[in-house]
Amino acid sequence: MHINLSRRLLLIGIVFFAALFVSMPAEVKLGAAVLKRPNVDIQIGNFSLQRKFDLKMGLDLIGGSHLVFEVDDSSFSESEKTKVMDGLKSVIEKRVNLFGVSEPNVQTSVFEGKDRIIVELPGVKDTKEAIALVGKTAQLIFVEVKSEEIEGKQVEVLSVTDLTGADLKSADVGFDQVSGKPIVLLDFRPEGGKKFAELTKRNIGKALPIILDGEVVSAPVVQAEIVGGSAQITGDFTLEEAKNLVIQLNAGALPASISLVSERSIGASLGQEAVKAGVKAGAVGVMLVFVFMIIFYGKMGLVADLGLIVFGAVTLALYKLIPVVLTLPGIAGFLLSVGMAVDSNILTFERFREEKEKGVNLIWALETSFERAWDAIKDANIATLVTAFILANPFDWPILHTSGPVRGFAITLALGIGVSLFSGIFVSRNLLRLLIRRENK
Amino acid sequence: MRNFNWLKYKMIYFVISGSLIVMGIFSLYKWGISLGVDFVGGSLIEYDLKTSISSDVLKETVEKEGIDIVSVQNIGKENYLFKFSEITNEQREKISVSLSQLTGETVNEARFEKVGPSLGAELIRKTIYALIVSASAILLWVAISFKSFKFGVSAILAMFHDSFILIGSFSLFGHFFSADVDFLFITALLTTLSFSVHDTIVVFDRIREINRKHGGEFSEVCNRALSETMKRSINNSITIILMLSSLIVLGGSSIFWFAIALLVGTVLGTYSSPFVAVPLLVAWNNLRKK
Repeated sequence: MHINLSRRLLLIGIVFFAALFVSMPAEVKLGAAVLKRPNVDIQIGNFSLQRKFDLKMGLDLIGGSHLVFEVDDSSFSESEKTKVMDGLKSVIEKRVNLFGVSEPNVQTSVFEGKDRIIVELPGVKDTKEAIALVGKTAQLIFVEVKSEEIEGKQVEVLSVTDLTGADLKSADVGFDQVSGKPIVLLDFRPEGGKKFAELTKRNIGKALPIILDGEVVSAPVVQAEIVGGSAQITGDFTLEEAKNLVIQLNAGALPASISLVSERSIGASLGQEAVKAGVKAGAVGVMLVFVFMIIFYGKMGLVADLGLIVFGAVTLALYKLIPVVLTLPGIAGFLLSVGMAVDSNILTFERFREEKEKGVNLIWALETSFERAWDAIKDANIATLVTAFILANPFDWPILHTSGPVRGFAITLALGIGVSLFSGIFVSRNLLRLLIRRENK
Repeated sequence: MRNFNWLKYKMIYFVISGSLIVMGIFSLYKWGISLGVDFVGGSLIEYDLKTSISSDVLKETVEKEGIDIVSVQNIGKENYLFKFSEITNEQREKISVSLSQLTGETVNEARFEKVGPSLGAELIRKTIYALIVSASAILLWVAISFKSFKFGVSAILAMFHDSFILIGSFSLFGHFFSADVDFLFITALLTTLSFSVHDTIVVFDRIREINRKHGGEFSEVCNRALSETMKRSINNSITIILMLSSLIVLGGSSIFWFAIALLVGTVLGTYSSPFVAVPLLVAWNNLRKK
């Protein structure tokens, strides 16, 4: 059996350095010099690849808010519901984007027949404001005040007009020139401008209340017909309130009202502390494993450690390339796969010792031990992959977890097992071949 | 460890496992399990108070505001975990203010969680489904690759043995050290399942190989397989234990109980392969012969 060892070692080297390149932090300080990794920006025809190779971390690590809203869509028919949910999702997405959250995540989900919206806002500190921003329906309507005779008395009643938030082209924050207070400037679409002109013409000298989510925010008295297609709301706003109102108006009203059922907010400092402590603990743990392997298996242990370094670099690179959002459960999946990667080595090394004791040729002993150990490694890892597959639930079977921590765990576990087969078998085996050939010469 | 007669002490292993299981049942029956907000719903706030104060004083301070509070717990350094069954935003603000007055520092809300009770039921149910589906899949896989139902059932029983004792041990930890069962625990439980089966299959594989090559009395074959794989089992779990011990000591409060659960799971998973799965297999085999 002839094996082109140098070609294989070259392949391992290429994979390792490519993975190392991707998995390194964007900047590395070496004494006074700073190594910077360039971003990839490839453009071939229609194909473009732009990657910054940032590690995406979950809310439990970088801090942020995870909000679950229940949708009150019981008044809609089944066929309308999908439309309502799509509308909700896009309006909420617009709102959080306008709010300036980087990489928000808005998802719909169904639970026991109730529709839900899950909103994840990384790095948001003031969750109360965020919740108010996301959760308000923002149904804007203009009403007229009419006098009607009810039971012989003249009563003023509010009558809803056909001018609503849907007629808006855009909204903006401005400042009242007299009081300096924040105001909201409205710019109507042509159709809305016409409606507004008629409305003001009809109501000169009367109040024209503006109602948001059932509350009167402002009731200016019309001085003259307004034809320019723009208006302003001078409510008693703080700057923040005015800004949020503008965001809500620009994003449009929610097609159904929603209510918050669950909130999980983690301060950025807590997440960072967790990461810092975790990295330190992980580094110490890995060092201990390295030392253990060298003490017990000598040179072979060293090879196993090299295999582990390749494992670490390739896994981290895959997290960045796919990308995988790393969470605490995800780290558990990673650790378990490290354990299984080491296991493949220990299995073969123990086997190697047994074969060697039989007094056979070293090269022969090495090849047999890898072949024999493969049966065990294969069966054990397939069993783990089966579990990971079910937990990751790639086909979104509704009876299993479709989101959340368990999935994160399963994805890193499955990836780790895949990489461990490469590092524990292919890398270690070829490095050991090199080692043994040298010794045999 | 060459050809030690491991199976001679079968009864001892059954007694050890049996008493661990009984202990688990006892603790679950007596103290139940302390479920976190992930399961039962409720609210919790973690404050970084920047000073050390007794939990009782903190609890009193909140109660003085007329707010129902379940418990206050110091979780490492100057961080305190406040648990509520239900809390409004106004109450949240009130607590911040009165804690600032108490400590004379600006109080920092490090974490806030509010979970409706319905979410927990969903998490539990889906986890149970996941367990059932993966257990059946593993049973099938082991039965197919070892061409025997016995192997599959023994592996699964060892897996349930580990999960149950892990749950039982957290009932004890919950009672004595107020450790909560949260979604991280669920992850640790699932990790234990995978690890347990993984470890068992390695031992089974050796049984299969020796049986194929040399044959002979089944319990002899198992004994030899145990002897040959024992060192690997121990060494492998030592590497994982080293890793997890480092996480427990240095990893900080947010993953402390998670790492403990993983550690307990690893030890159980390693123990159960030679001392639960294989003895079960042999016992079943003997039973059939009689």
